[in-house]
Amino acid sequence: MGQTEISMREGYGRALADYGEVNRDVVVLDADTSASTLTCYFAQRFPERFVNVGIAEPCMVDVAVGLALGGKVPFANAFAALLALRAMEQIRTCVCYARTNVKLVAHYAGLSDYKDGPTHHSIVDIAAMRALPEMTVIVPADALEAAKWVPIIAEYEGPVYLRISRAATIGVHNKRSDHKRSDGLRLKIGQGLTLREGRDVTIAGTGSMVGRSLLAAENLAREGISARVLEIHTVKPLDVSLLRQAAEETGAIVTAEEHSIVGGLGGAVAEALAGVYPTPLERVGIADTFARTALDPESLMDACGLAVSDVVAAARRALARK
Amino acid sequence: MHYPESLIVELEEQARQLRLDSLRMIYKRGAGHPGGSLSAAEIIAALFFHKMRLDPQRPDWPERDRFILSKGHASATLYAALARRGFFPLQDLERWGELDCHLQAHPDRLKTPGVDMTSGILGHGVAIGAGLALAARLSQDPKGGDRNRLGKPLGSRVYVLLGDGECQGGIVWEGALVAAKYRLANLTAIVDYNDVQLDGPVHEIMPLEPLAKKWRAFNWATLEINGHNLRQILEALDTAGEIHHRPTAIIAHTTKGKGVSFMENDATWHGIPPDEAQYARALAELEGEV
Repeated sequence: MGQTEISMREGYGRALADYGEVNRDVVVLDADTSASTLTCYFAQRFPERFVNVGIAEPCMVDVAVGLALGGKVPFANAFAALLALRAMEQIRTCVCYARTNVKLVAHYAGLSDYKDGPTHHSIVDIAAMRALPEMTVIVPADALEAAKWVPIIAEYEGPVYLRISRAATIGVHNKRSDHKRSDGLRLKIGQGLTLREGRDVTIAGTGSMVGRSLLAAENLAREGISARVLEIHTVKPLDVSLLRQAAEETGAIVTAEEHSIVGGLGGAVAEALAGVYPTPLERVGIADTFARTALDPESLMDACGLAVSDVVAAARRALARK
Repeated sequence: MHYPESLIVELEEQARQLRLDSLRMIYKRGAGHPGGSLSAAEIIAALFFHKMRLDPQRPDWPERDRFILSKGHASATLYAALARRGFFPLQDLERWGELDCHLQAHPDRLKTPGVDMTSGILGHGVAIGAGLALAARLSQDPKGGDRNRLGKPLGSRVYVLLGDGECQGGIVWEGALVAAKYRLANLTAIVDYNDVQLDGPVHEIMPLEPLAKKWRAFNWATLEINGHNLRQILEALDTAGEIHHRPTAIIAHTTKGKGVSFMENDATWHGIPPDEAQYARALAELEGEV
């Protein structure tokens, strides 16, 4: 493991442009951020299928809705903080309630826009999107995975929220030897991945925290603690059977996400397990507070309670409650 | 195009029927929006009984023209038009709002045949219409050569009916910018300008004037008509079809509550049903007995 060669947005942007060749129904929208979201790659290759609406995220979502009604497969891109919150009513009414085939791609998610500060951070978007009926919420762990979701969500019929980090996350899939082959990583909406087997405790991570969860598991192994690591890339619909199995077999759960501890993956897992198999659960996330401006994303994550050591400490607390 | 008087009379009768239907529906359900349903009757009659390319047997026909009722609270008039056009049985109108009826308070594209887009929250229609118009253009033969057997170019026209109060929301104008930038000539927005909204007169709550100038300034071809005059409505829709490089806004001056004297121009009737006596009076007026 280690830093991936390319950022998650780079992986997404390249994959989207390539997929535009394969699927001529794809139309890409952006709200004056294409040089940041890297939908500019698609725009350069397919200018006739690229719509820049300017700085008007709610309008972008409605235009995407119209394109979907007309049989296109729109990918609407913007900064997550704006897409999820400013366009929330459009998403609720015209995407989810009307069940239009719109792909919402939320960039600079979590704390990854560290340098622009709390106005630009997106730490409640998973909670907001997850609460919407009909929505599917996907959070990739690295650039390779982000790229692989592009055709999958395009070919899925229905609303999707894909959460993309600005940064290069700690590589998960692109560094694993079993994924070297192009067909190695098999992704399915709603189906979590077991990245590491373990008996004593389960760490269920999503997005940028998956790589950190794997590092935490290595540290725990040195203490003689066997930690299972699950990647819950689809926060909704949640893979309840995988989580239940982990709860039954390891008896303690830690969730880890670059998001508020209110309503995100931790909330989703707590809700699910409370209903089927109540289990000691510790949530690693951003405490119910706004973050700060920083000089790099890694130190900001560390300062906000998302350090590898925070995951390790949470695992120890969960174990102690067994 | 010249329209024979017989067509005008026929459409006027359809509009009167839509008024009767929508009032009966609102009275029966004990809920709904009489004022804005009555003001839109001629516009909806012109579109659904003459102008729009539709096939009630194939509500999903890809080449149909599209209609978005951005002022979704006028749903009663839309439902009546769809039923009378044959999209579903007339009897369904009697069951509007019942728990197991497909007719929702506001239009729902997933439940009701013929409803192209879900609406009810104001402001969405123009931007969604722009997306639909763009999709129609992208789906056309890039050379523009394809025509159907009647010689008409393929591809849908998109009609959006919005309220005047709705134009107080910024998203309407965001959508207008998009439609103008992409020169979506296949998009027509019709403003049902009855000058009354929930809380009172539009010109007092939040004035819109000069409204036509605003649409023109947003680079839309803009027409002003009497929205109860069917000849003017048909001619404006024809004009919109002949403008090839920009979308068209039709500012249709209307009367809220049109056709029922005590409802006309009165904000009270924005969103309440008539009682039994009021309903009887309204029917008598619409049936020409007063």
